[in-house]
Order: sequence, then structure tokens, then C-alpha cells
Amino acid sequence: MKLTDERIIAAPPATVWTAILDPEVLKACIPGCESMTGSPEDGFEAVVVQKVGPVKARFTGIVTLTDILPGEAVTISGDGKGGVAGFAKGGARVTLRPDETGERTMLAYDVDANVGGKIAQLGSRVIDSFAKKFADDFFQRFQTAVEEPAEAEDMPAAVAVGETEPAARRTGWLKRLTGG
Amino acid sequence: MPKDTSAPATGIGAATKRREDIRFLTGRGRYTDDINLRGQAHAHFLRSDVAHGRIRSIDTAAAEAMPGVIKVFTAADFASAGGLPCGWQVTDRFGQPMQEPKHPILADGKVRHVGDPIACVVAETLDQARDAADAIVVDIEDLPAVIDMKAALAEGAPKVHDELTSNLCYDWGFVEENKAAVEQAFRDAAHVVSLDLVNNRLVANPMEPRVAVGDYDFATDMHTLYTTSQNPHVIRLLMGAFVLGIPEHRLRVVAPDVGGGFGSKIYHYAEEAFCTAAAKALRRPVKWTSTRSEAFISDAHGRDHLTRIELALDADHMFTALRTETYANMGAYLSTFAPCIPTWLHGTLMAGNYRTPLIYVNVKAVFTNTVPVDAYRGAGRPEATFQIERLVDKAARELGADPVELRRKNFITEFPYQTPVAVVYDTGNYHATMDKLLEISDRAGFEARAMESQARGKLRGFGIAHYIEACGIAPSNLVGQLGARAGLYESATVRVNATGGIVVMTGSHSHGQGHETTFAQVVADMIGIDAGQVEIVHGDTANTPMGMGTYGSRSLAVGGSALVKAAGKVIAKAKKIAAHLLEAAEGDIELKDGTFSVAGTDRTVDWGAVCLAAYVPHNYPLADLEPGLEETAFYDPANFTFPSGAYACEVEVDPETGAVEILAFSAADDFGNIVNPMIVEGQVQGGLAQGIGQALMEHCVYDETGQLLTGSYMDYAMPRAEDLPLFRVDHSCITPCTHNPLGVKGCGEAGAIGSPPAVVNAVLDALNRGGHAVSHIDMPLSPARVWAAINA
Repeated sequence: MKLTDERIIAAPPATVWTAILDPEVLKACIPGCESMTGSPEDGFEAVVVQKVGPVKARFTGIVTLTDILPGEAVTISGDGKGGVAGFAKGGARVTLRPDETGERTMLAYDVDANVGGKIAQLGSRVIDSFAKKFADDFFQRFQTAVEEPAEAEDMPAAVAVGETEPAARRTGWLKRLTGG
Repeated sequence: MPKDTSAPATGIGAATKRREDIRFLTGRGRYTDDINLRGQAHAHFLRSDVAHGRIRSIDTAAAEAMPGVIKVFTAADFASAGGLPCGWQVTDRFGQPMQEPKHPILADGKVRHVGDPIACVVAETLDQARDAADAIVVDIEDLPAVIDMKAALAEGAPKVHDELTSNLCYDWGFVEENKAAVEQAFRDAAHVVSLDLVNNRLVANPMEPRVAVGDYDFATDMHTLYTTSQNPHVIRLLMGAFVLGIPEHRLRVVAPDVGGGFGSKIYHYAEEAFCTAAAKALRRPVKWTSTRSEAFISDAHGRDHLTRIELALDADHMFTALRTETYANMGAYLSTFAPCIPTWLHGTLMAGNYRTPLIYVNVKAVFTNTVPVDAYRGAGRPEATFQIERLVDKAARELGADPVELRRKNFITEFPYQTPVAVVYDTGNYHATMDKLLEISDRAGFEARAMESQARGKLRGFGIAHYIEACGIAPSNLVGQLGARAGLYESATVRVNATGGIVVMTGSHSHGQGHETTFAQVVADMIGIDAGQVEIVHGDTANTPMGMGTYGSRSLAVGGSALVKAAGKVIAKAKKIAAHLLEAAEGDIELKDGTFSVAGTDRTVDWGAVCLAAYVPHNYPLADLEPGLEETAFYDPANFTFPSGAYACEVEVDPETGAVEILAFSAADDFGNIVNPMIVEGQVQGGLAQGIGQALMEHCVYDETGQLLTGSYMDYAMPRAEDLPLFRVDHSCITPCTHNPLGVKGCGEAGAIGSPPAVVNAVLDALNRGGHAVSHIDMPLSPARVWAAINA
């Protein structure tokens, strides 16, 4: 399935860009993300718990950042295996451009995702709405994290899945960036 | 065999209740999953969740270390086994054999559809096997999948089988020699009507999922497979000879009570070979039970044809020629009988009930990354009937003709009738079934009913279809020429016990058809005893003669004929014994109502006394006759049988929502002679339910990557009682089959063959009457599709 959307983030592109490359931010923003390790250069290993229709699974997989145009665009890809539940994989091409003031960023994304195995067999009716919600959640969290890092730290645990680790303990990346 | 009105109340023609229902309805059936052997281990298959991929590696180490795991099998464990064989080789238009890929028990090198088994864990418990399967690490390189048939044939399309030249299994022309004449007839035609249509892919969905239990006795070197099969002898032959190399005397296949098959349990499946081989390798019984989810991705699917069909008519609306081009989906591998379904079971029926003198059928069979497709209730004939009956209806609309009259005008009326597509219809009376249909469906009252619907804002429609089908595929020497790799006879042994009771062992198999009742009726009727004295045994290769099983509505026409032959031999011998006991000439002995008499005298001896003499031969012609009373017969039919019938569907369409309600469905069938009218009616009703399911609800859908989107009952719609009307079923039009002893034709598939076009014709009639000029809607006619057609 494919999804395209756009949102305006109240931070300049450079700030947004730095956030995208931060594993802690990615971890906090991926709904149901239990753990994430690695680096933008080598890719990240992630564990994500999600429920698609009647199928709930813990996906372990790789998140990679490719086709990087520094400050402008990146493709975030995930390929997760959920054991007997099947697999989920997909990518989002994210492009950033400043608005006319330069203070805000137009973040556009183009998502292409596939699922297979039991998730597809049993959950096909809800896949589209699931993917849309997943992408919405991700970018909403991302926007919140960039715009309001302080509040983000108090953000509740991953929205959809109760047993996910609290999304807290986000490092104050903005503070680090700004030397604060 | 003419009906004898003096026959016992349990003989031929009696609507006796099914004796097997006593156990089925009280929970005493013994199905394969009820079989649990001492020391049994459990198998769980790890199946591909991608449609197409290359297996880079399989790491089973972690799985093998898990609790309870006995062994994890992969393709490497079956290096010496043969592949699953295909039972029919089709020769293409150019005289070349079809492309026939290998079909390994476990995926070897590549996976080719979602559900393709990659590995199998055998463990102490099923849960342990499942858990361990999750720990198998399979590295698969995704390959682009081909799902759409036309895309699969495009230049440069990914190949399902690397070793084949393309995804084309065969390009079949029938009758190739007629092609030029057919094209000329189209050039000369006054009218040409054409239609593009889809015969939607279906999942068979028998109530009982597949099960296999393998067992091996090393002391006797005997292999036993308990399996949910429609034809245990065929499985024994295919698996023993082609897959595992087990001679038939060392292999017993048992198909006990089987909860429906509809074709999907004809084929030899990988799981059967797996459990048989694993039982030997582990020296333990190994059991596998399919889940419903697995059934969706591992049972052979049905139908899935794309067709363009054209009809040429002269100025008087007589059909002059017919031609079709069909793409038939084979799926990823060739299932046991897959290649013959769109060819010999489809092309040969393209004359329908009509005197069309010239016919050309082209079929391209295509490999795709989907579950294999094979016969499903009707198998080829529903596809043929749907095309013809939709097209004739479209022709009637385009030409302004009455759909009933256009059919009647072109009906075949003289028999035997040589069709231009090889087969010879021995008998039939299509006007009679049409007359009966119009009567029981009250077509005359339709206009008034339509007005009443209109007053309520609904669109009412009346749809007709007339079908011909071919049952009891035969004879063996002909089908051999057509590419069958098996004979198509049937067998029966009639064993009379010393006290007169009879055990009949049939090579046919019952999985819902009621053989135990009807076959007993036939034998009892021949001898003149109560059917309760006859027991039917089937489903076990150890105690039944080699038979070909049950499919293609062949059981009574072929299996019943073998039964009549064997019983006839028994009666002939019994008459000899009776002649001895009565001190009369054999030719003077008559058998009636279970009593032998000397013609023209009052001297008699009853059935029981003759049977006793056969086994206690104190007073017996030992010099001329062996003791005992048991005979076996094999019957190879001279021809197909050709049931036919007229179906009418009356629907109401809600133009606001596109919802279709079937208000009435009438079926007037000619099945030849009837042994048990109640069972016939049940068979017709079941077939109608499945045909209506195809027409309105059922649809198997893959996405473009080969994921099955309709993989559960949440997404695959099955018809339920509330979706179906009360059926009006009639089988009083009888033209007995001319070439089998019972004069029977077969009734198991008719309902599923004749009903889809009747339903679609009815909906289109409703729409057109309501002012919506819609010429076709592809099945299933869901509310969304009907609404879209109305609002196009």
C-alpha cells in the first residue's frame, strides 16, 4: 500500500534533519518500538510490537537510512520479521524543505509498505487503515518531539500497544545540540 | 435397469434415510483426525510467507534444540524422493507436451507461493512443533512474483520455474483442425456476440480440513497412511510408485470418514508423503492436521479462468460457430489433475445443449505464484457452462430474442449426437427439462411479481441457464490417448456371508455422497432382500479392490456399474447352486424377492439357504463349482454420461445498495434413473449452494505481491442458510443413460455447474428491466459491484 502526506513542523530544516538521524528519536517515534540500537551509518536493529487486526506480533528487524541527501531527504526503511505472524516491510521517503520564513519545515513523506504471511492472510482488511495510522502516529510523535521536546519526554507510552516500554527516557537531544 | 414397483421399500427408487447419518449426526463418525496412534509425534510445517523467493539458507539448529523436538526436516531429507506427480499430460496445439515442472515435497531452492512448505518440525506435541518452527531461520531472497496470468506470459516476466522456458504450461487448441472453418463462419455470420468474463477463483472449503497420519511397522516393513482422501487407491499408487518408492503391497492407505472434498481431496499432497516418509524415518507415527488458515494456502483452489468467448449466428438466430480463448491459472505447481480441467473437462463441453456445428477452443494454462489450482465441484464444466449460458443470454438481449426461445431454437433434439468437440451425447431431452423448469419456476407469473417488486422500489429479474455436463470420465483407452496417466474404471467385490448377509467392497469412496445407503439399495434390489442385509465397505486399500475413487460425479455411474457387474456374477453363481439344490436346470431358475424358484413350479429355495450351501457344501456340485460366494468386477465405461438440466433464478436487486436477494431458485434435472431421490435432492441442493456462493459471494483474491488477502472467513465469504432460498428441485425428467446397466448419469456436481449463470443472468435481467443497460458483471456479484454497474 502507498501513503503520501505532508506536515509542517515548527522548527527549521536543520533541526528536523538532526532529529531524523537520531536513533533515540526514531525509537521514541516508531509506535510500539521496544528497543533500537545501531547508528545511521550501519543501520539500526529494532524490536517493534504491533497488532494488526487479530494478529499481534513482535517484529525484529532492521531499520536503514538510505539515499541520504543531507538536510533534504532520506529514505527510512524497515524490514521486520514477526515469526509465525509473517513479515512487515516498508519505506518512507522523507523530504524536507524550509517554508518561506525558514523557521518552519515542510516535511513530506511517501510511504510504501508490504505485509506478508498471517498478517496479510488474516488482517488484510485492516492493513490500509493500520498503515495509515502507523505512519500518522510516527510523524505526529516526530513532530511533537521536534517541536516540544520537553513535553515529549512526558509523552505517554506507545499509543497502540499497552505492554510497550514507556517511550520516556528520551535524551534531551535538542539540549545536546544546542549545548544546553 | 427399469424400476420395479414391487421392489422392497429399501431398493432402487426408495427415498430411504442415509444410514451413515446415524453416526455423523450423533458424533460417532471416525474421521482421520480422530485417529491417534500410540507413540504418535506431531508435524508442523513452516510455510513460505512470500510468494516467490530464493532460499539462501535454512538454519534449523536452534529449532532442533528446543524441547520436544524430534527432528526438523528440510528438502535435503527428501533428496532421494520423487516429486509429487501430475496425473495428466496435455499435448499443446503444436503437438508438444505441456511444460511440467518439478514439485518437491518441501521447497527446494525456491519458494513459489505463499504457503509453500519449507521445513517441517516433528515434535512430541503440536505446540512444541509450532514453537520450534518459529525458531527456524530461513534466509529468503525475495523475487518478484507473477500473479496476473497475462502479465505472467509477458516477455521478460519473472519465471515461476527457472528450468522452464516460460510460465506457459501449454497452449491448447481444440479442435485445431476446425480453426479455419470456425473463422470463416465468423466472417459469414449475420450476428456476432462476444463477451469477456472471469470465472472467479474459489477455495473449496470442505468442512473437515486435511489430515494425514503416517505409520510404519519396521517388523513387517508395512507403511500405513491415514488420510482425508477421495481416492485412497490413487494416493497409494501415486505416492508409492512416484514419490516414495514403496511397493503397493507394503503400503496401505486408509481414508476413513471424510468430511467433504468437492475435489480438493482428490490430489496427492506433500503432507501425505511427508507423514508417510517421516514415520519410517523416525519409526514413530507422525500426524499432521491442517488448520483452517493452512487450508486456505495449501488446499488446491478452483476455477480462475479469464475468457473471451464469441458466438456467430445466422439471420434466423441459429448458432453457426463458437470460439473461445481462455487463460487458465495452474498456480505454482501442477496439482494431480490440473492440466485436464481447462482442456478435456472444459473444451469438450463447449457445445452445451446446442447444435453449434463449428467450435474452436483455445486454452493457455499459466503458472503463477499462487496456490495450485485443480478440480473443484464441476471442474471445467462450470467454466464451460458459465461462458455458454452467459453468452447465449447476452445474444438474446442484443438480438431482442426471448432467452428461452433462443435456447430452444438451437437445442440438440436427436440422440446420439456427435458434437464438434469430440464427445457423443448418448441421450437427453432438453425441451422436457426446460418445460419442467418453466412450470416449477412459474415463469408465467413472473411479470406480475416484477410489478409487485417495482412497487416497492426493487428490481426483479428472472434468469435461465441450461447445462450439459459429462460425468464418469471414460473410457480408459480414450482418456489414455488424451493424456491421462491412469485408467478410469471402478471396481467392486460382493462378498456373501454364509448366512446371506452381504459385504460390498467398493473402490469408490464416500465423503458425503451417501454410498453406504445407495450402493446397498442397488445390491438389495438386485437380489430382492432388504438393504439392511448389505454393508458397504470403502476407503481402505487393504480390504477393497483397486479403485479410482470419487470425483466427477462418477460413483454410481461407474462404481455402481461395477457393483451391478459383481452382484450379477454372484447371482449367476447362486442360481447354479439353487439349480443343484432344486434339482432343476440352471436356465429354469428365477430369482425374485430373495427367493429362487424353478420357473413354472412351486419349488423354491431362499437366498439364505443357497448362501449357506455355498459355505457348507454338504449338498453341493463340488465337481463343477467352487464353494464360496464372492465375486469381483471391474467396470470401464463405454462413454461419459451426460446429465443435463434447466435452472431458473429469480432475484430482487435493491438499486440503492446493489444488494441481491435470491427469492427463488428452481432446478429441473435429468439425471437418468434415480436410486435414492432424497439423496439426489440433497446433492443438488448442496451444489446449488456452492454455485450461488460463487455467483454472489465467494472470491479468492491475491494482492500484486502474491499475498492471499482472502485467507480466512473474515474475508472469504461463504454462503450461509440465510443467503439461500428454499430450492425447487425436480428430477422427474428421465432419459436413462444408454450405456450403463443402471441407466444412471450422476448428480453430484450439477447444482454447482448450472447455477452461476442462472444467478448472473437473473441479476442482469433485473438491471436491464430497471433501465440500466448493463451487459455483464463479473462474479461474485457483490453489492459493491452491482451498485457500481448501476451507477456506471
